[in-house]
Amino acid sequence: MTKPNPNEPVASYDDRAVRAFTICSIFWSIVGMAAGVYVAAELVWPEIDFGLPYLSFGRLRTVHTNVVLFGFGVSALIATSFYSVQRTSHVRLFAPKLASFVFWAWQAALVLGGLSLLAGWNGGKEYAELEWPFDIAIAVVWVSYAVVFFGTLATRKVKQIYISNWFYGALIIVIAMLHIVNSLAMPATLGKSYSLFPGAQDAIVQWWYGHNAVGFLLTGGFLGMLYYFLPKQAGRPIWSYRLSIVAFWAFVYSYIWAGPHHLHYNAIPEWVQSLGMVMSLILLAPSWATLINGVMTVSSANQKLRTDPALKFIVLALAFYGLATFEGPMMAIRSVNVLSHFTEWTIGHVHSGALGWNALITFGTFYFLVPRLAGRPLHSARLANIHFWLALAGVMLYILSMWGAGITQGLLWLTLDELGEVRYGFIEIMAAMNPYYVLRMIGGLVFLAGAVLMAVNLWKTLQGAHPEPAYPPDAVPEPAA
Amino acid sequence: MNFVTIHKRLEQNTGLLIFGILLVSSIGGLVQIIPSLFEESLSTPVENLEPYAPLELMGRDIYIRESCSTCHSQQVRPLLSEVERYGPYSMAGEFAYDRPFLWGSKRTGPDLHRIGGKLTDDWHRAHFLDPRSVVPQSIMPAYAWLAEREANHDGSIERRLRALKRLGHPYSEETIAGAAASLEGATELDALIAYLQGLGTSVPSEGNVE
Repeated sequence: MTKPNPNEPVASYDDRAVRAFTICSIFWSIVGMAAGVYVAAELVWPEIDFGLPYLSFGRLRTVHTNVVLFGFGVSALIATSFYSVQRTSHVRLFAPKLASFVFWAWQAALVLGGLSLLAGWNGGKEYAELEWPFDIAIAVVWVSYAVVFFGTLATRKVKQIYISNWFYGALIIVIAMLHIVNSLAMPATLGKSYSLFPGAQDAIVQWWYGHNAVGFLLTGGFLGMLYYFLPKQAGRPIWSYRLSIVAFWAFVYSYIWAGPHHLHYNAIPEWVQSLGMVMSLILLAPSWATLINGVMTVSSANQKLRTDPALKFIVLALAFYGLATFEGPMMAIRSVNVLSHFTEWTIGHVHSGALGWNALITFGTFYFLVPRLAGRPLHSARLANIHFWLALAGVMLYILSMWGAGITQGLLWLTLDELGEVRYGFIEIMAAMNPYYVLRMIGGLVFLAGAVLMAVNLWKTLQGAHPEPAYPPDAVPEPAA
Repeated sequence: MNFVTIHKRLEQNTGLLIFGILLVSSIGGLVQIIPSLFEESLSTPVENLEPYAPLELMGRDIYIRESCSTCHSQQVRPLLSEVERYGPYSMAGEFAYDRPFLWGSKRTGPDLHRIGGKLTDDWHRAHFLDPRSVVPQSIMPAYAWLAEREANHDGSIERRLRALKRLGHPYSEETIAGAAASLEGATELDALIAYLQGLGTSVPSEGNVE
């Protein structure tokens, strides 16, 4: 197998796009999470939209999800894939001008797309709200990204394609397929189109997309990140190569089936629901196979965990990955889903994945990556440690409050009295959510505060605020305490 | 030859890897989606279902614009408590003219599939202008600006109907030609209320949302 080689035989790599995407990813993480905290606050104080359409909950929440997914998440994935594909292939990035186009076009789509959502352009499909002109632009950028990535792989000087690249490859291919099919629509005006699929069929297509955007972007893509940066930071090769092969193909095969668990007891055929449920349970196996591989890789590098803030983030992310990939299949069981569907539990589950897994592994990777891009040690390991505890406290507060809220809500909705009528009115139950909403808002705020500390820390690292002299890339010593 | 040896070949060929991923990842989708697209019961309208009237269609598009489905589902599940609370459970044929579907994934507010006809237009109007004047504990945003804008202010109703007609919705030429006139004087709020009042009324309904 090809391990990430610390002594790559290339004089220098092309990290311009890596650097640009990393900076933008950090920027979008702050914007997206701030929007998230704001909409969380709107559920506590509904007046704070001040009657302005673009501050209204529906529009701002859509901006929140799109910015964190496509601004923070995708920018981080493109940055890390460009970084690792060069180093595992021993070549410079293929078509650097196209890589630069991918950067500028993606950022332009984010800015204009975000504004279009605020203006109310909305296709109406969850996590695919951007209207048709943006859908076309995204497809063009994505194909360009594929050309740069696979072009680099195709021109590699190493015989074998390293594991992280399989995952990044799956991300690129499957997201392209999902995006194109789910976005098929008939335009009416520049800012309005109607889905090609009607009603129940649209629902099945949408959740095939929605679930696998989670699958191949938030899971698969970030596993690519894990498979490169975890061994790199732990200074150990991946524990089991065989396990990673089995886990990869089982993951690619089974994830795609699980979408209908978002439609349990909805108006779609029962066989589709049952199939979605069974495949969701099977999915636990490849998910945890990867978890085991990651945990075993890091277990021989225990000592480093105490000193290296970047590694701490990645290991905590792995724990949340294990939690979320267990919780998901449980919620996909129809009899559990009866209670959890439509409740805050879903929101808690999403955030245990998005904050606990995606954000934490990205933070850990950035603490590793940015000093290398800057050629200087991290500005402050102390700040990074404070960030670590803020992030952990924030995500725990978030998911615990949403579990409480969701289970309460689910139970009260289902409760019937002795006459067989619903015992609690909807508004009564909704009003009972208030304390949980307050806690969730605080959790989000604490998590955001940590991310702001990181942004400052990494910015100072890039700016050279630390008085140390510059180091050549990839030869950076331990961060200064 | 064990699987590792076979796999080495995939790992050494970018094209083969791309093809492998594409093949393996498309199976699940093909099995679930292709039969669903040909399953007529999923796209055949229920008996009384009419395509959205121009005013209702504008209302629905405003509902989408404001992402109402972020907090309101339109899907009554076949559970005793839901049928008691909202009315008859939802059936696929009721959504045949819904592009996109708006079933939602979250109920911060109540389900709206059976809201049609349950409350008066005046109630809705007061509620949209200031939700807390009607429901003191409500955390819904106020939508006062909808009352200030004409439903067809950008003159797009005809293009909207034509796009849907191209997708097979049975709109007559008279309906399309008369659409702009039929929206004359209506605000966005009127359109949204018209949409809500028609929701889920193609099957007889009882139950309440309170």
